[in-house]
Amino acid sequence: MTLHPMIAALRRHKAGVVLIALQIALTLAIVCNAVFIIGQRVERVNRPTGLDESNLFLVSQQWVGAPSGDDPASVEKLDSLQQADLAALRSLPDVASVTPINSLPLLNSSWNGAVDLKPGTTGQGSFNGTRTTYYFSDEQALSTLGLHLVAGRNFTVADVQHRGFRDQGEPSLVILTKALGDKLFPKGDALGKVIFLNGATTPTTIIGMVERMQVPGTGSWTNSFVWNATLVPTRLDANFARYAIRAKPGRLDAAMHAVTPTLYAANPLRVLDDDSVKSFAQIRAEAYRADVGMAILMGVVCLILLAVTAAGIVGLTSFWVGQRHRQIGVRRALGARKIDILHYFQIENLVIASVGAVIGLMLAIGLNLLLMQSFEMERLPVAYVLAGIVMVLALGQGAVFVPARRASNVPPVVATRAA
Amino acid sequence: MFNYYLELALRSLKRSPGLTALMVLAIGFGVAASMTTWSVFRAVSGDPIPWKSSKLFVPQIDMWGPKGRGPNKTDNEPPDALDYTDAMALMRAHRGKLQSAMYQISPSVVPADAGKHPINVSGHAVYGEFFPMLDVPFLYGNGWSADDDTQRAAVAVISGKLNDKLFGGANSVGRTVSIEGKDYRVVGVLGNWNPQPRFYDVVNTGGFSTGVEDVFIPFERAIAMGIPNDGNTNCSETPAESGFVGLQRSSCIWIAYMVQLDDAAAVSAYRSWLDGYAKEQQTAGRFSWAPNNRLRDVPAFLDHEQVVPSDTKVSLLVALGLLIVCLVNTAGLLLAKFLRRSSEIGVRRALGAPRMAIYAQFLTEAGMIGLAGGVLGLLLTGVGVASVSWVLPKDIAALARLDFSLLALTLLVAVVATTLAGLYPTFRASRVQPAWQLKSN
Repeated sequence: MTLHPMIAALRRHKAGVVLIALQIALTLAIVCNAVFIIGQRVERVNRPTGLDESNLFLVSQQWVGAPSGDDPASVEKLDSLQQADLAALRSLPDVASVTPINSLPLLNSSWNGAVDLKPGTTGQGSFNGTRTTYYFSDEQALSTLGLHLVAGRNFTVADVQHRGFRDQGEPSLVILTKALGDKLFPKGDALGKVIFLNGATTPTTIIGMVERMQVPGTGSWTNSFVWNATLVPTRLDANFARYAIRAKPGRLDAAMHAVTPTLYAANPLRVLDDDSVKSFAQIRAEAYRADVGMAILMGVVCLILLAVTAAGIVGLTSFWVGQRHRQIGVRRALGARKIDILHYFQIENLVIASVGAVIGLMLAIGLNLLLMQSFEMERLPVAYVLAGIVMVLALGQGAVFVPARRASNVPPVVATRAA
Repeated sequence: MFNYYLELALRSLKRSPGLTALMVLAIGFGVAASMTTWSVFRAVSGDPIPWKSSKLFVPQIDMWGPKGRGPNKTDNEPPDALDYTDAMALMRAHRGKLQSAMYQISPSVVPADAGKHPINVSGHAVYGEFFPMLDVPFLYGNGWSADDDTQRAAVAVISGKLNDKLFGGANSVGRTVSIEGKDYRVVGVLGNWNPQPRFYDVVNTGGFSTGVEDVFIPFERAIAMGIPNDGNTNCSETPAESGFVGLQRSSCIWIAYMVQLDDAAAVSAYRSWLDGYAKEQQTAGRFSWAPNNRLRDVPAFLDHEQVVPSDTKVSLLVALGLLIVCLVNTAGLLLAKFLRRSSEIGVRRALGAPRMAIYAQFLTEAGMIGLAGGVLGLLLTGVGVASVSWVLPKDIAALARLDFSLLALTLLVAVVATTLAGLYPTFRASRVQPAWQLKSN
């Protein structure tokens, strides 16, 4: 079958062809980018934090009228408040382990700094070195959070210090994530090495490495150091405290309910509200709400787009079939088989959709460039565009099938009737 | 004549209900997607204080110098908040008409009723000029005086919401509220005031917030009582001393600042004062770099801080793309529909109808489809705005509202856009040659 008569026919209704091709092109451009956005968000949301997230929850609370924590005596007072809470929580029947911690992955409240191989000099900015987030916790951090130690050892009770929230001073030992250790010591021999935290002049020894632990921040500003975490064996003493709690398997709800009365019983002068006790699942949902929302929004837009474009193809092809009713009859009368008529409309659609796809390819890349320039998007991978092209071609074929089959059912006798 | 065209359009639409439904659905969905994303965009990009935003300025001083910029920053922007030293210097100089340094606090409040647990509230430590500067509405009482500021008076302004909670909504001016275990005298109760974005302290609030600001206490009182800052603290180097006092003596930034400057002369005077101040610091040896200050008004600062989430802009862009596709689709279908009626057009033209009459007839038809699509779009926009609260972050979703102007805009966009989409098909219809049509029949 030669394309020549088909092209000649298409030239008879240029405007309709141009509009369909344009619609397919725009659909391709938007769907490619939207699906790319969805893919990126899904990838972000699905990355593991490195924690064993089930049965884990967090308590954030604040003491009322607590000492300032600005002098040693008040730091001791705050620490005893925290110790009392820890003891009370650890004695709960449904609780497996508890650790005081300043933040958790995905909590979007973070303490960040930098670690370096060289000691700092006074007055040097702490931006020097490799960026990291700090988790201040104790010897139960690894077991409570479910972190996997891949080298070295865990903190012991004797390693754990405490200090005021705003006091200075760096720890003598830390556990790093493997990602951070390998970045500092690319040969992979970080264990036992000495590093300097936040431009300090006193050394800190790496005593262990955990497989993976994400930083608390989920914004794009954390992208450069998202797996660089440093665990510090120090309880921070302030007028507030956070406790990460691992419930015994299957006892999450019971443990979460038991926390508030237990803490009030230990000390009623504190703030505990609806937001104070949160399961890790809740923390995760809140952290990624915007990403999930964006993915859903893009998904809905894609569905509407594809439906509208498919319906548009059905509508316009139906019109063309109606318009060419008589010509189809003539072709049939001259010996064309049903399948020839079917193929005619299918190939016609393929030609139009291909032209649309080529324009759409350029528009997709253009839109991606625009998004990259203004909104920190990444480059659209070729695979997405190719998949998009296949999709719009398939969509066109699917949409054209019903009107094309109706065309193929036009009987040859139509040719003999007057128009 | 218009009624006649309406009747013709109705008849034509009824003749091919499938095609009509298709066009109405496309317009409805396209307009609804655009309007839903627009409602979110409009909410987050709006000017929170339109009558005054061009008179309110945020000063920035470069207290970190080039080395505090970090390896990833290529621009020469100074930090976007102030350290304590510079904030106090600006307050002392008092060069604006009204000004206030401020920092975010999150103190506990103990209800007077025994047996009630303490609650946590959010708020700001500010200067008395904060309230008149931002035209903060009061339900009862007022802000506090400059004397209260200097004497570090134990006074507080509370929100209407906190007033409801603590005092059952009664006029609580003169009564006592316990903040961080200390008694404060209530001098004012705020009316309904919850500006979004939180333009006066974008740096610490991140722009939008679901909560209401519940307490305001004098800045210097909060410092004296050691009420710590609850917002962000950014340091280019580790503070030399410990504690909240150490933070105050460091170059860490945690204080927001706003100043009211009424005219261009005041702005340029303030600018040159800032440069003079930075030069002074350079001479004194505190800064080892040339003055590098900024003085942006509220809209410029919101833009600089990129308060409008890029997701919101991308969504709007994509939804507008969807609307364009829907219009292209409608244009194609209208073209097919109009040209199918070539013989009818031929007859009308042959009987003496001018081209303008054909235009009027077919644009009326397009407009009717637009109207029907708009009505469907209204319903779908309602559904869309209601369901963004399920998918978007709460602080942003809470701002998206369905109001009269959005509804009117939905209808207007639907009708205008569809009529525009109908222009080319109508043009083609008007070019139909009557003789040719009559002959072929």
